[in-house]
Parts: sequence; C-alpha cells; structure tokens
Amino acid sequence: MADWEVVIGLEIHAQLATRSKIFSSAATAYGAPPNSQASLVDLAYPGVLPVLNAEAVRMAVKFGLAIGATVAPHSVFARKNYFYPDLPKGYQISQYELPIVSRGTLRVLLDDGVSKTIGITRAHLEEDAGKSLHEGLTNASGIDLNRAGTPLLEIVSEPDMRSAKEAVAYMKKVHTLVRYLEICDGNMQEGSFRCDANVSVRPRGQEKFGTRAEIKNLNSFRFVEKAIHYEVARQIDLIESGGKVAQETRLYDSDKDETRSMRSKEEANDYRYFPDPDLLPVAIDAAFIADVRATLPELPDEKAARFERELGLSAYDSGVLSASRELGAYFEAVLAELRSALGEAASAQAKLAANWVMGELSSALNRDNLDISAARVSPARLSGLLVRIVDATISGKIAKDVFEALWTSAKSADEIIDAQGLRQITDSGAIEAVIDAVIAANPKQLADYRSGKDKLFGFFVGQVQKATGGKANPARVNELLKTKLGGAA
Amino acid sequence: MLHTLTLAELAARLAAGETTSVALTRHFLARIERLNPALNALITVTADAAQNAAAEADLRLAAGERGPLLGIPLIHKDIFCTDGVRTSCGSRMLDNFVAPYDATVVARLKAAGAVMLGKANMDEFAMGSSNETSYYGAVKNPWDPTKVPGGSSGGSAAALAAGLAPYATGTDTGGSIRQPAALTGVTGIKPTYGRVSRYGIVAFASSLDQAGVFARSAADAAAVLKAMAGFDPLDSTSVDVPVPDYTALLAAPDAAGAPLAGLKIGLLREFFDGLEPRNAALIHAALEVLTGLGATTQEVSLPNLPLSVPTYYVVAPAECSSNLSRFDGVRFGYRCAEPKDLVDLYKRSRGEGFGAEVKRRIMTGTYVLSAGYFDAYYLKAQKVRRLITDDFRAAFAAVDLVIGPTTPTPAFGLGAKVEDPVTMYLNDIYTIGANLAGLPAMSVPCGFVDGLPMGLQLIGPHFSEGKLLHAADRFQRATRWHLETARGYE
Repeated sequence: MADWEVVIGLEIHAQLATRSKIFSSAATAYGAPPNSQASLVDLAYPGVLPVLNAEAVRMAVKFGLAIGATVAPHSVFARKNYFYPDLPKGYQISQYELPIVSRGTLRVLLDDGVSKTIGITRAHLEEDAGKSLHEGLTNASGIDLNRAGTPLLEIVSEPDMRSAKEAVAYMKKVHTLVRYLEICDGNMQEGSFRCDANVSVRPRGQEKFGTRAEIKNLNSFRFVEKAIHYEVARQIDLIESGGKVAQETRLYDSDKDETRSMRSKEEANDYRYFPDPDLLPVAIDAAFIADVRATLPELPDEKAARFERELGLSAYDSGVLSASRELGAYFEAVLAELRSALGEAASAQAKLAANWVMGELSSALNRDNLDISAARVSPARLSGLLVRIVDATISGKIAKDVFEALWTSAKSADEIIDAQGLRQITDSGAIEAVIDAVIAANPKQLADYRSGKDKLFGFFVGQVQKATGGKANPARVNELLKTKLGGAA
Repeated sequence: MLHTLTLAELAARLAAGETTSVALTRHFLARIERLNPALNALITVTADAAQNAAAEADLRLAAGERGPLLGIPLIHKDIFCTDGVRTSCGSRMLDNFVAPYDATVVARLKAAGAVMLGKANMDEFAMGSSNETSYYGAVKNPWDPTKVPGGSSGGSAAALAAGLAPYATGTDTGGSIRQPAALTGVTGIKPTYGRVSRYGIVAFASSLDQAGVFARSAADAAAVLKAMAGFDPLDSTSVDVPVPDYTALLAAPDAAGAPLAGLKIGLLREFFDGLEPRNAALIHAALEVLTGLGATTQEVSLPNLPLSVPTYYVVAPAECSSNLSRFDGVRFGYRCAEPKDLVDLYKRSRGEGFGAEVKRRIMTGTYVLSAGYFDAYYLKAQKVRRLITDDFRAAFAAVDLVIGPTTPTPAFGLGAKVEDPVTMYLNDIYTIGANLAGLPAMSVPCGFVDGLPMGLQLIGPHFSEGKLLHAADRFQRATRWHLETARGYE
C-alpha cells in the first residue's frame, strides 16, 4: 500500500457583523420571519441598484491587516452569473480578479506543540444568497430572502494543510481571529461561519497535486474533521482499486457520515464573471488603512507571546488563554485584581491564576454550557479565592470546595471560608498536638513505619487531615510528621 | 395653443393665473385621447392621477410657490419606475408589473411639481432603434405614419413631436434619445454618464444607460435637466458634481453680435466620411450658422470611432444578459402557466416573456462572456472602448465640442429593417461613441430630407452640458427648425 499525503485547502465564509446588508440598508439580524428583512434591492426589483456598505469594507481591511496581507488599493466587484431561486438577481456580487485582501498568513499551533504557517491566498467580499424552504410545503418551494445580501468575507487558504486535524486547527484559528476582530460573531449553528474543503491525496513525495474534490458547506469543526476523514479514505480506496478521483463538488451528509457527489466539473456553471458596472472599484488609501489599523485589538498571537514573555507562562497555557478575546480579558482581569490585593507579589502568581482559569473555571463553564461572559464567578471573586491560597489561609484542595460555593452563591471567598470554618491550621503547636494524638492512637502502624513501611506515611497524613477536617496546612503536616515519625521527639 | 408654448411661457402663464395646472393637464389629456390611438406613443395614460397631481400643483401655485416645472405636465418613458403605476419597459415580461417605488428622476420631477400624464411606449427593454420591438406595438412617426419614430425612446419622441406633452423623459444607451429626437424633429439631450441617477430605471446596459430629456428647445431641456440631475446616494455611479443653473447660463448676455465667440467646434472627420450628400449639406448649413454666431471650426479625427458599433454590440449585450437575469418568473413579472419544475419555469417564463430582439441580445451577451470567449470579445471590446474614450479626450484638448449628424438617414419605413438586425444596429453609428465614452451629447433639429426632420449632433467633454445647451440654444435662436411641427399636430 502506498504512502499517501493528504492536501487540504479551505474556503471559509465568515458572515460580517455589519448591522445592514452589504448592498442595501435592510437589517442582517438572524431569525426574523421570512422575507421581513428583504428590501427592494435584496428582492432584485427592476431598477434598483447596489450601494456598498462601508462597514463591510472596513471589516475586510481589518482582517487583511490582522493576517499581514496586502490590502488592495483598488479592488473590483464582479458578477457571478447563474440562475437559482434563492439568488434573486440571477447573479451574485462577489470579487473575482481583484479581491480586497491577498497573500496573508496565519500561524497555527498543532496538538504536538509544533506551529505551522498556513498561507491565505485571498479574502474577498461578497453577498450571501437567500434560502429555499421546503418544510411544510407540498408541490412548491418557499424562498426566504432575509439572508440575501448579507455580507460575507470568503477566506481562501493555500492548499497548505496535510491532515484533517491541521484543517480544523486552521479553521479554529480563523474563527478565533474573526471574533477577536469583532467582524463576525462566529455562530456556526446559524451559519455565520462555515467552510468548503478542497481535498486531494497524492503519493508522498509526488509534487503534483492529485485531483481535488470540494466538499461544500461544512458548518462545524467536527463535520470538517469527519468529512475530510471520509473523503480522504474514499479517494485512497478509489485510487488503490484502480479508479480515478473526479473533480467535483460533494456534499457531506452528517447523518450517514459520508460525502456524496453533487455535481461534476462538466456540470459546473460557466459563471461568466465580469466587473459589476453598477459599482465603482473600491479605492483604499493609506489613510484609510492607518485608520483601520488603529482600531486593531491585540491579536491572539501577540497576546500569547506577551503572556509567555511577561508572565512566564508556557506556550501551551498562553495559547489557551489567548484563544478567545473574552477568556484572555477574564484572565487579565483576575491578574489585575491579584495585583491590587498582593502588589508586586502578584507577579509570581500568574501561573496559579492561569491554572484556575483553565482548570476549575473552564470546567465549570463547560459543565454548565456557559460562555465566559456568563461566568458565575467574577474575576474579583476568583482573585479573592486565589489570595487565600497564596497566603495559606486555605489549601488548594479546600479551595476547590470554596470555588464550588463561589459558583453557586454570590458570597466572597472570605465569607465562605469563615462561614464554613475552612481556615487552614498553620499553627505548628496545634498541628503537633493532633499528630501526637494520631501517633498515640496507632502504635502498630507507627512500629511498622519505623521498621521500613514508608508507605504508611500517607496513612498518617490522612489521619491528621481527618482529625482536622482537612484544614491542616499540608506542607506543615508533612514536615512535622516526618520529624515525629522519625522518632526525634 | 398651449402645446406649442415653451416651458418658460407655460410657467409664466401659471404664475400669472392665466391658466391652471388642471386646465393644462386636461388640454394634454384631451390631445392624447384624440391623437394617441393613431400614434401608439403611450402604453399607459394616468389621467386620474394626473388630474389629482395637477390639482395639488395648483394649490402650491396658489400658495405662492413658483418653479420652472411646477404644474406642467410630462410623459415618462415606461422604463422609469413609477410608484403604483405599471412600469412595463415595453415588454410582456413586465406587462403586469406595478412598480412599488419611484425612480429618482421621477421623484425629483414630482417634487418639482411635474404632472405625469402617462408612460411612453419604447423598444422592449430599450433594445431597438425603431420602437418596433415593443410588446405594445410600433409607434408611428407624426411626420409620416408609415415611418418609425426611432428608438428606443420612440414613444417619448413621438409624443412630444405630436404635442401630447410639453416635454418627456427618455434614456439613452446607444442613442435612444438622440436618434428618435432627430427622426421626430425635437431636441434631445443625453447627459454625461453619472450626471443623472439611474436608480429606478430598469437596467439595460448599466455602464451606458443614462436618462435625459426630450424638449421643444434647448432652453426647455435646460430647465428639465436642472431638476433631474445631481448626485444620488442610491446610485454609486452617479457623480457628485454640482449641477449648474443651466437656465441662468443660457440667459447670460452675449458679446455683441457673436454669441458663440471663442467657441471652438470640431468637425468629426469620421462622421463625414461617406455621409449622404443631402444630410451633409444640412450639417454644413448648420455649421455656417454656428460660425456666423462667432464659433470657429476645425477638423478633428477619432481614428477608433468606426469601431464603436461592434464594441457597443459586445458591451451592451454582455451587461444586458446579466441585468435581465432577474426576470425569472419567481418574484414579479411574467410567469408561464403551470410550470412543471424550476427549469421549466425559467425556460418558459423567459421564453414567453421576452421578445426576439431581447433574446438575441441576451444570447449574444451570454456568448461574449462565456469561458473561452471572454477575452476575445468582452475584454477586447473594453480595450477598444478605452481607445475611443482616449480619442475623444485628445479631441477635446483642441476643441470645446464636436458636431456631426445624429443619424445616417431620416426616419425609415416601418418594417424596413426589422429582418436585418445589423442594418438596424448601424443606425446608431453616430450616437454610440458618446455612450461608450460617457460623454454628454445632444440632437437638435437642423432641417429636412424628403420632408422628414434631421438632427445635428453636438458632443462635449464630461459635464459640459451647459456648453452644449448654450450652443444649441444660440443655434435655435438663429434658426426655426425646432419650431416646425408635423402636419395634423399643429
């Protein structure tokens, strides 16, 4: 069996978060009754004309700058001509030969910790089509043109990905980026972020690409991964059994977990692209670019690098904490609270804060299916808890219980600690008294320990904590136990 | 007679209370009722709405409001969307289409107090040079009912020539205002591309379409253009250049005896090559008038101009093939009976809704945009278009405006060219250049051949409408051709 290399390129459609459509003043909000958000322009009435939404241009430029791409000083809208009921004009206004953004890159961190740079060929502006509705209709189809004219940024990658995992990592990175930039809400259920995957295989070492199939309209990371897996296996099977991959468009059926042919290259439309004479070329000057650049937030990679550099976090932690703008902001708010509570000493606690945000907080959010913006523990309250770990008022183990209480109440950490009497025992005298009592009560275990059964140390720790309700400072317990069990006393 | 008065005279009578808008409107509606059946110049007459609008205009007049168009009737070409009124574009496809909004031109004229009498017949989707492609039948030329009035704005031109309205709107994609103006003996102006908003005009060829005016004189056209023109945020290709007060420009005093002193006129060599002698004689006579008014002339050459017809018949069909895709039987307009499925719906709705010329152009346009032909046709045509534009630019470095004939011949017989589209297309040989280059151009009456009116064409640089109107106005002050009226329509 030959060794196959997988080649993947993605075309991601990100719906831009403008309030109105790209060429009309109709609203873009999701979920309105059918055709209630379709203006005469969206309905393609005779005589109407498109007027470009400047905000969509601004957002496209923002994306271009964020991926270090070239922003074209002169880009052109073209008509892509084909007939379909959800395409009212009989053509889609898109960009063809001269897109607004070209030649950018995005760095993707893979699971094995290796980072890979994916090329972005181009990103262009276009309008979305409407939707055909079939449910509840017999012998007819409905058309909802609310979505028609919604601005899209189509982000086309180079065929740089070599596995489904890489493709998903890249798609997630783009997803992160567009939300960072606040140009797309990233909502995949509503179709605000979706992709087409171009997939081919070739014998490893061969330079020429294999024939590709394009899988349309994948709207979840999981589907992207599964569809590519299926498609790769299908293509390899086909070739190994003497067949040839056809250049075609395929659909992924998530129920059956398979891809199916939709139309072949021969059946493909001749789109007859030509520049749209209703729209002037988009002219973008240096001043406009500078203006947009000034609105760029700190980008995920910049933020991760800063976390590594300034806070001494690992690359992995930094990557996780910068993966969404909101999570990063939460983490930094916790740090700020810690700083105001602890002063300079806070800088040593970044790792502690990171662990809690990525650990307890994230799992609680996942468990309750909540967004970070809906976290039930504010950065201030979490910081209040961390301060008590740092000053040894409670142990890390007790802190987890306190966190649960924070999550389900509005109380502060201190209130919970006091009310439940969780304050840690750090007083050596008090701990020694407990240890003495435990040793006295367990002469056999003491003898066994002293005759070499080291494992019994844990037994004594357990007994001491049991006697103190878990509140004894673990380090102090260890230290004192070692001395006492050693017989020095 | 009210239908021979200039707009200024009508406005003066309304202002003085010597007539009312309602009276004027009734006068023209009566003429329409009497004369239109033979001419077929109108597709829709909006008599009730017109009288209501006139009554409203009279209230405004009574309240002391004055305006050059306030209370004065007009006819719109049926390509302009008119709120609540059928907008057919001369096609079966839109026979049932009642526009839900006003085109910007319609809205602006409405705001100026204009009273719409009805919608003028036209070639289907403005595709034609004889008004014979209309679903509503051919329009007759008031000068000779066996002749065409020209097209595509044939209904507007014929209506004006027959005195059915004081002025009319039109659109000009390849000569659709100037050619019918010439063939019916009226004044027509196609402004600079971008001077007048295209919003609400059913699109034929978007990069060429431009709305303009048919009027009895350049002075009348000046007043109407002022009201129509100007930047429109709803049309991205409209240009934000201030609109001069053309009427004031025409009213400015002249240098003694030489109203056109300093005006440099270019004679387009390519327009005179092979020009029919009687036509040439009229143009030369007009030139003598102009030089007599102080203008100087020199010959200029636009070497690429002879390529304008083939260039146009690539660009215009390409754009129309795409523009007309929206007529699919789904949301508005004609829908075939009992479609079997989606493809059947498309094929029959379009097959039955469009006429032969429209189909011919859609097919031509689809072909020239197709993979494998795009470069050889569409792209090449765009390059030639650029060369023609450059030719004009070079000419306008030497002269203020260029002149020549509007058409090669006077009005031809109904049915004479229907079977031969290429001969029909060649009728636009002198007018198309201005569309390709986006330039303003006019046609003014300059005499008769075989008893049929002929036009003198003036073409100027971008946004030189003022200069064109001024030259045309001074020419009309010195001549009487524009005052001639067809027998039976005096």
